[in-house]
Amino acid sequence: MTETSRLFLGRIALYAALAAWAAFYLAPLAVMLLTSVKTLDDIRTGTLLSWPAALTLEPWLKAWSGACTGIRCEGLAPFMWNSVLITLPAVAISTAIGALNGYVLSKWRFRGSELFFGALLLGCFLPFQVLLIPMAQTLKALGLANTVSGLVLVHVICGLASTTLFFRNYYVGVPDELIRAAKLDGAGFFTIFWRILLPVSTPIIVVCVIWQFTQIWNDFLFGVVYSGLDTQPVTVALNNLVNTSTGVKEYNVDMAAALIAALPTLLVYVLAGKHFVRGLTAGAVKG
Amino acid sequence: MATVMARASGAEHARRDRLQAWLPRLVLAPSVAITLVFVYGFIGWTAALSFTSSKLLPSWNFVGFEQYLKLAENERWLVAAQNLLIFGGLFIAVCLAIGVLLAVLLDQKIRAEGALRAIYLYPMALSFIVTGTAWKWILNPGLGLQKLVQDLGFTGFTFDWLVNPDKAVYTLVIAAVWQASGFVMAMFLAGLRGVDPALIKAAQLDGASLPRIYWRIVLPCLRPVLFSALMILSHIAIKSFDLVAALTGGGPGFATDLPATFMYAHAFTRGQMALGSASAVLMLGAVLAVAVPFLYSELRSKRHD
Repeated sequence: MTETSRLFLGRIALYAALAAWAAFYLAPLAVMLLTSVKTLDDIRTGTLLSWPAALTLEPWLKAWSGACTGIRCEGLAPFMWNSVLITLPAVAISTAIGALNGYVLSKWRFRGSELFFGALLLGCFLPFQVLLIPMAQTLKALGLANTVSGLVLVHVICGLASTTLFFRNYYVGVPDELIRAAKLDGAGFFTIFWRILLPVSTPIIVVCVIWQFTQIWNDFLFGVVYSGLDTQPVTVALNNLVNTSTGVKEYNVDMAAALIAALPTLLVYVLAGKHFVRGLTAGAVKG
Repeated sequence: MATVMARASGAEHARRDRLQAWLPRLVLAPSVAITLVFVYGFIGWTAALSFTSSKLLPSWNFVGFEQYLKLAENERWLVAAQNLLIFGGLFIAVCLAIGVLLAVLLDQKIRAEGALRAIYLYPMALSFIVTGTAWKWILNPGLGLQKLVQDLGFTGFTFDWLVNPDKAVYTLVIAAVWQASGFVMAMFLAGLRGVDPALIKAAQLDGASLPRIYWRIVLPCLRPVLFSALMILSHIAIKSFDLVAALTGGGPGFATDLPATFMYAHAFTRGQMALGSASAVLMLGAVLAVAVPFLYSELRSKRHD
């Protein structure tokens, strides 16, 4: 065998391996999509990957507005709305606080600020289980048990570490000379933030918002512990829908529901995947 | 008159400067308070509860280490702890292996690298509840993978891990690896791109083969990435709660319980608050056992640089 043909075969093997892995990652999504547009009879007679005998959107409609999630049978729609109400304010608030914290921790260090940063970072290594019970009792005492506001509060608190880290690490890269020059010109704390830091912050804001959005939208633990029947986020409702064991198991509705719940984060990922990757690898530094 | 005004504006300046000096602290103060109370205070609170006999409601009747002794004899807890070792160990090892492999393969000047990377990584955008729901359907013995393979002609094929108490914990590994291995790939790929090309060039000139270059030169450069990946993966493993809830519900029986599901069940549905607190404290201990040496070595290596 000549050198070139060996190289050529090597390339083919390489691409085949990569394609096989791509198939592994794509298969579950394909199975979900196929199952979600099949009738139950079709599911029983076919296999996971068989093409639907007849396309039906019935499962999607049922998952959206008719399937039972525990005692309610209104589909996922109301819970999608709950997730929106929880996620949007929590993302906005935690990002805003994170930006200010990062600004102080990178440009206005004072005695003890590094110590606080360390304590905050250690906090994001902790398993949330160790905070669950006191948080439940605090929310109850504040009258926030089972409310959307309570969940927003919890997500803001638990997101602070990552958002602060994102902004701090980003602002460290902004030259200190700029800040010093602005101070000499008489600019104050907030003016410098508003006029100098914020205008260059777009990339890190995008990363932070995407990161927080996926984290909070996908949360299940806080949702299941701190939400009431009417304030459950969509992840909790989806789990209830799938595990509601009355009557026939409707796999097609389950899959449609799972896809509906996944749609917002998938959409964000498709639209802004590059930033998502950057967010993940930046978040990786902290763990 | 002029001096009075100058003095007044001087005082004004001084006040403004003092305010400016305190502003950073004021801005940071709420976060400091939140961290102290809601993180460190709550850890203390949970630890205190673990030494009481609290059941459905907190009570401050201290009983020493009784809850921890109960845990040591609690079969469900022992299964959960053992499962964490099996699940965590396999999950981390397989993710690292796949992640490194895919990163190296993708690093060979591949066409459509961007598309492949996106495909490998998209599961990380999903909730573990979605992942669990999907894999529960795929792995179900009746209509899932088993039937697919049987219909291909392998009629003797059986795959019932999901309902087999001895094997169910491995289904968690499959689903979790599917979700997180692409992320590990992304981390290693970013690391590979940071390796100095001159190093590789030099080795090539010395006649080293490609696998040898990777094994001896490139991969050792990725030690920091390996550490970060280890941290994140062990973090995911110890916190794993949603995946169990969606995929197995902890079953069959409590064969796939993990500490996180054990803690939730006892603290919030079975009215065993003190026992749940004790299990949470042990989880914290496990995380610190992993995190502290990591942070220590990271800080030390930074200082040496």
